[in-house]
Amino acid sequence: MNATVAVETGIWELRLYVAGQTAKCMAAVKNLNRFCEEHLAGKYHIEVIDLLENPRLARDHQIVAIPTLVRKLPEPLQKIIGDLSNTERMLVGFDLKPRSTSSAT
Amino acid sequence: MSNHATQAAAPALAKSPTGIQGLDEITGGGLPRGRTTLICGGAGSGKTLLGVEFLVRGARDYGESGVFMAFEETAKELDENVRSLGFNLEALEEQQKLVIDHVRVEPAEIAEAGEYDLGALFIRLELAIDAIGAKRVVLDTLETLFGGFQDSGILRAELRRLFHWLKAKGVTAIITAERGDGTFTRQGLEEYVSDCVILLDHRVNDQVATRRLRVVKYRGTVHGTNEYPFLIDEEGIDVLPVTSLGLTHTASLERLPTGIPSLDQMLDGKGFFRGSTILISGTAGTGKSSTAAHFVDAACHRGEHSLYFAFEESPSQILRNMRSIGIDLEPHVKSGLLHFSAQRPTAYGLETHLATMHKLLRAHQPRIVVIDPITNLISSGSDTEVKSMLMRLVDHLKMEKVTSLFTSLNQGGSALESTDVGVSSLIDTWLLVRDIEHNGERNRGLYVLKSRGMAHSNQIREFQLTDRGIQLLPAYLGPEGVLTGSARVAQEARQRAAENQRLSELEEKRSAIARRRKVLEAQLAALRAEFEMEEQAIARLGLEEQQRAGESIRDRQEMARSRRSQATDLRRGNGDALGGTELESMESRGAE
Repeated sequence: MNATVAVETGIWELRLYVAGQTAKCMAAVKNLNRFCEEHLAGKYHIEVIDLLENPRLARDHQIVAIPTLVRKLPEPLQKIIGDLSNTERMLVGFDLKPRSTSSAT
Repeated sequence: MSNHATQAAAPALAKSPTGIQGLDEITGGGLPRGRTTLICGGAGSGKTLLGVEFLVRGARDYGESGVFMAFEETAKELDENVRSLGFNLEALEEQQKLVIDHVRVEPAEIAEAGEYDLGALFIRLELAIDAIGAKRVVLDTLETLFGGFQDSGILRAELRRLFHWLKAKGVTAIITAERGDGTFTRQGLEEYVSDCVILLDHRVNDQVATRRLRVVKYRGTVHGTNEYPFLIDEEGIDVLPVTSLGLTHTASLERLPTGIPSLDQMLDGKGFFRGSTILISGTAGTGKSSTAAHFVDAACHRGEHSLYFAFEESPSQILRNMRSIGIDLEPHVKSGLLHFSAQRPTAYGLETHLATMHKLLRAHQPRIVVIDPITNLISSGSDTEVKSMLMRLVDHLKMEKVTSLFTSLNQGGSALESTDVGVSSLIDTWLLVRDIEHNGERNRGLYVLKSRGMAHSNQIREFQLTDRGIQLLPAYLGPEGVLTGSARVAQEARQRAAENQRLSELEEKRSAIARRRKVLEAQLAALRAEFEMEEQAIARLGLEEQQRAGESIRDRQEMARSRRSQATDLRRGNGDALGGTELESMESRGAE
């Protein structure tokens, strides 16, 4: 599978957009860290951006929902929105797991 | 407008003028200030444009800067799309009067994993509003979000929050949405927006599309509830509120010759009023266009610009046809005084025609406008639409003091006065050209059905197209109405014959009298001659009498003498001597 190849080739660049210290945002940070440790140990880099501090970035980076996780690398660009509590969906979203099996849920 | 009056009496609801002609009149001043208005309509109905124009005019004319959140187009695309309408978004952005934020929602890129909200959208909106102190916000088209996010429950909650937030922010907002099946919007947005809902419609009737606008709901204000046709021209949206007709134009006293002297005579001897609206109606081939051409020709000779909208013939065909009746319009076209605009009425919808007309009116600033014929426009809209369009057009022309001449084609068999798109009330001077079928001929008669503000002829004149233009001949009235064509010629011949006969009778009588005079004179002469003869005879008789008297004296003297001589011998033969003397005098009388 292509995705697994991608995982092996390089570092994942991830960016998490949050807005302040809301429960959803806190949960997202926590869930992302856990997910990366479980699936991408040693091959990831996370940047957390608080849009309340840098509101201009919301426009520049085309962010609509909060929280939004953006995978800049590897290509293609992928966005996952939500508090990232649903690991299964994340795996599908990042093509770490075939879409067909999960789309039934 | 009455809405204004209502608003002035109860200034509770502040309004934000859109600057769109007609829309502000319908809504009595604009959209509700500080609230959100929902504009819904199908694809291509002009929602985005309405939003853009609201912001552009706000920034340009009302000093209110605005934010445009585009969910479908990028700022560049948007700028390009509205550039043709005379809006320069880039310039407004540079002047800090407008912020365009393109919100790209790509469903393929987004996966959902857990709870989220649209906080970033709020952040972006707030940033844009605060950056330029925006008073106006347009969200176009918010429903795109429903395609990008799967959890519609979250989305609906977020939208509800958004509308509250906009209201709290105090901005006047427009939300556009796609028209749904049986609902105003596909996602039922109308349940969140309760202040003002405007519906845009782009309907196709008989293969011709027409745009319409309707204010479905406007809380707290009186508004026009009808469907109003609107058009999109190079100046943006132009709503045609039929009710906003202004009857404030001043009437001109100046008169314009019709180009046909005999027609001028029928119109008080002077022709049409400047700035009046003239209708020439009649069945096919009655010379309506020719009458119009005469008018245009006369105007161009006076040096006035004329605009000729042809919906039936091409300009070159009109030029050719008019040349055949002795009107050469070509020099006017070449000199730029006359401009033709020829279009098939079915080529565009009604509003496009109106837009074109307005555009050309602006470009050429004509004093004379001809629409030939207005009836063909019916095919691009319903009667009421055409009527309202014409009303609007007539109103506009009158304001500009443009004299307009419409021709109208009556369908054969229908009532002559009724089919003219019901525009008669708009018309100042109405000429009717009708066929008069008589004696196996079809001739034309023209009469002035009405002409406001002037004493006009009530006669039906025979209308002839000659190689020197239109001639109006005085009417001959016969027992079966107006005599035209050969009947008129026959009548003329009859009249001439009668005249001749009268003349010859008179001549005869004259010569008879002369003869009698001669006879009388001859008789008189004869009588006089006779009289003179008698006179002479009498005179002679008198002379003779004198002679005779003289003679008788002499005779008597002689007799006396002889008697005396005889006296001696009287006793012998007295009788003989006497008899001899009498015989002698008798003989002397006969010799004379």
